[in-house]
Amino acid sequence: MPSPSTTSLRRPPRRLLRSRLARALTTPHGVDGFLGLVDPLLATDDVRARVTRVRHQSADTVTLTLTPNANWTGFRSGQFVNVTVEVDGRRHTRCFSPAGPEQSGELELTVKAKPDGIVSRHLHDSARVGTVVTLSQALGDFTLPRPRPRRLLLVCGGSGITPLMSMLRTLEAERYDGAVTFLQYACTSADVLYRDELTSLAARGAFDVRTALTRETDAPEADLEGFFCRDHLNAVAPDHADAETYVCGPTPLMDALAAVWAEDGIGERLHAESFVPTRALVAPDADASAGTVTFAASGIAVDAGGATLLELAEGAGLEPASGCRMGICHTCTRDKTSGTVRNIVTGSVSDRECEAVQLCVNQPVGDVVVDL
Amino acid sequence: MTATVDKTSEATHAGLSAADVEAFGAEMDAIRDRVLADLGSRDADYIRRIVTLQRRLEVLGRSLLFAGFIPPAWLGGVAALSLSKILDNMEIGHNVMHGQYDWMGDPALDSRTFEWDTTCPAEGWRHSHNYVHHTFTNVVGKDRDVGYGVLRMSEDQPWRPLWLGNPVYALLLATFFQWGVALHDLETDRVAAGEKSLSELAEPGRVAARKAGRQALKDYVLFPLLTGPAAPLTLAGNGAANLARNLWAFTIIFCGHFPDGVEMFDEATLEAETRGQWYVRQVLGSANIEGGRVFHVLSGNLSHQIEHHLFPDLPAHRYAEIAAEVRDACRRYGLPYNTGRLGRQFGSVVRRIVRLALPRRRARHAGPEQTR
Repeated sequence: MPSPSTTSLRRPPRRLLRSRLARALTTPHGVDGFLGLVDPLLATDDVRARVTRVRHQSADTVTLTLTPNANWTGFRSGQFVNVTVEVDGRRHTRCFSPAGPEQSGELELTVKAKPDGIVSRHLHDSARVGTVVTLSQALGDFTLPRPRPRRLLLVCGGSGITPLMSMLRTLEAERYDGAVTFLQYACTSADVLYRDELTSLAARGAFDVRTALTRETDAPEADLEGFFCRDHLNAVAPDHADAETYVCGPTPLMDALAAVWAEDGIGERLHAESFVPTRALVAPDADASAGTVTFAASGIAVDAGGATLLELAEGAGLEPASGCRMGICHTCTRDKTSGTVRNIVTGSVSDRECEAVQLCVNQPVGDVVVDL
Repeated sequence: MTATVDKTSEATHAGLSAADVEAFGAEMDAIRDRVLADLGSRDADYIRRIVTLQRRLEVLGRSLLFAGFIPPAWLGGVAALSLSKILDNMEIGHNVMHGQYDWMGDPALDSRTFEWDTTCPAEGWRHSHNYVHHTFTNVVGKDRDVGYGVLRMSEDQPWRPLWLGNPVYALLLATFFQWGVALHDLETDRVAAGEKSLSELAEPGRVAARKAGRQALKDYVLFPLLTGPAAPLTLAGNGAANLARNLWAFTIIFCGHFPDGVEMFDEATLEAETRGQWYVRQVLGSANIEGGRVFHVLSGNLSHQIEHHLFPDLPAHRYAEIAAEVRDACRRYGLPYNTGRLGRQFGSVVRRIVRLALPRRRARHAGPEQTR
C-alpha cells in the first residue's frame, strides 16, 4: 500500500547509492541486496512496480494499474514491457503493452487470462493492491510517428486492444485534431473492453469508434458482425489507403488485414504487433530425436538426434564448461532461450523461455535455442 | 575395528550385491524426484526469509559497532555480524551456489552469479566444491577436500615427518579458514608439487586477489574508518566476526567427512561407477551431526551431510524432512548411517588429526580405515 513515506523512498539518493563507496561497503551483495529491506520497490537500476489498482472489465480479463519506481523511464504508446512475476516460487516473464496514455507516470495493463497461461492466470487470479512485479524498460517500435499522421486507423482484437488504447488515449491527451477510426473486434458484447471510455470518447465526437462482434448476432451495440473482411473495411474506413493503420490482435485478424493491404499495394502503411508465441508447443511425449538445436552465441545449429545438449555441443566442436556429467554440479548450466527440453534423470519436461538448464542431463524435444 | 572392503569388485560394493546397490540408488532417485516435483513457494519463501534475516543481522552488526566503545554494543555487533557471515556462507552461499534455487529463476539466487561474503571467489568454489568434491567425494588423490591439501586426514596419504605438524596446521587452517579455502581453490599445493604450472594460476589468482581485496577493504579499512574514533574496535570486531565464522565453518565442514567410521576410497572406485554405487559412496563418505533446528540452519544444513551428498542440489532445508527416509533405507540395505552430536563427531575428527600426525604404529592392511 503506497503511503507518503514509501513514495518518498521511491526516489532514493541515487548518486549516493550508485557510488563506488556504497558498492564497496555492500560487497558482495551490492546496494540492491539491502534496499529490499526498506521497500521491495527500491533498487538502484531495476524497474519494479507496485499494483495500485485492480479491476475486472470482463470475466476473463484483469486491468491492473502499476506505479513504477524511479528507474522507470516511461514509454511511447504502442510499446510493450516485459513483466516478471513469481508463481509458486518460479519467475516467469511475459510481455504486455501498457494501455494508458504515454503522458501518465503509471502503467495500465489489461491482461486476458488464457486457460494455460501461467502468468496471465496468476495476474488474473492473484494480483492484489500492493503486489510488486519486476519490469523491463519499454521496448518495441510499434509506435505512432511524430509528427502524428493526419489519418489513423486502429484495429484490434481481444486483449490486443492495449497498445491501441494507449495510442488513442495519448492522442486524446495531446488534443489530436486528425481523424481516427478505432475498430475493436470482440467475441461477444460481454467481451468488449474499455466500453464506457470508448463510448464517451465517441460521444464527444473526438474519434470514430466501431465495434465488431465475431460470435454474437443482433447485438444492438455491434456496428459489424463476423471476422474482418473487405466489407468491414469499406463500412468503417473506405479511405484506408490514405491512413496509417495499426493492428494488434490474434494472428488470423492480422493476417486478414495484411492480405487486404498487400492486395491494395499499400503494405508499408500497415503496422502490426503480435504477441502470439512464435515457437510451436511440443507435446511432452514427442520424439527427442526430431528438431534442431541452435547454439546462438556460436552460430551453430545441429540436429537433435537423441543426445544431451552437452553431447550435442561437444559434438559440434564447442567446449562448454562441464563437470560431473550427471546433473549434480551445475557447472554446465546455461540459458536456454527457447524450446522444450527433457531432463533425462527426472524425466521432467520444461518449455519455459529464458531458463537456466543443465546441459549434461537435458535432451532437446523439438527445436531448442541455447545461449552458448 | 577395521575391516577391508574389496572396492574393485562390484559384487561386494560396501557388502551389498550389485542388485541391492542399484535398488538403493533407485530409492534415492525416487526421493529426489518427489522433492523436485514438490519445489515451490515454500522453498522460495524459506530462502528469502533467511536472506532477509542475514541482511538484517549484517546491518545490525555493523551499526552496533559504531557504538563499539560500549562493551555490550561491541559484543552484540560481533555476534550479529558473525551470525550474518555464517548464514551468508553456510545456509545461503554454499546452498545457492549448488544450484538449489536455480529453478526459481531469481537472478539474486542464481548459482552462476551468486557471490558470498568470504575471501574465496564463488567462481573457483563452484569448480572445486560442486564438481571436484561432490563428484569425487572422499576419493584420496581426487577429492581435494581430503585435508584441503594441508592436512593428513587419511592413512592413504603417506606419512612424512612434515605431518608431525598436523594439529598445528589444523589450528591454523581453522583460524584462517576463509583464506585456506581461497588458496585451496587455487591449488597452490599442486603448483608447489609441480603438477600445475604457475601460469595456470595467473587468472584465477587475479580473480582471487580482487575478491580478497574487496573483502579486506570492506571489513578492515572502510567500516573501521567510518566509525571514526571507534576504528580500532570496529577493526577488531570485524576480525572477530570473520574468526568466529572461520572456526564454525571449519568445525562443521570437517565433521562432514572425517569423523570415525567415514570411509575413504581409492581411484579404482571411480572406474565404471554406476549411479547406485555413486549414491552408496556418498553415504559411506559422509557423516551427520545431530542438533536442533537453529543448529541445522547455522550449519547450512550441512549437519545433514549425508542427505546433502546424496542430493546436493535439493534445497537444504528439505534434508531434515527426508532424513528419516534415507536413514531407514540405509538400515534396510545394511549401510552405515554415521551420525552423532557435535561434540562426539568433532572429538573424533580432532583425534584423527592428532593420530595421523604420527606414522602408523604397526603394519596393517593398506586399505582405507573403516569402522562399523
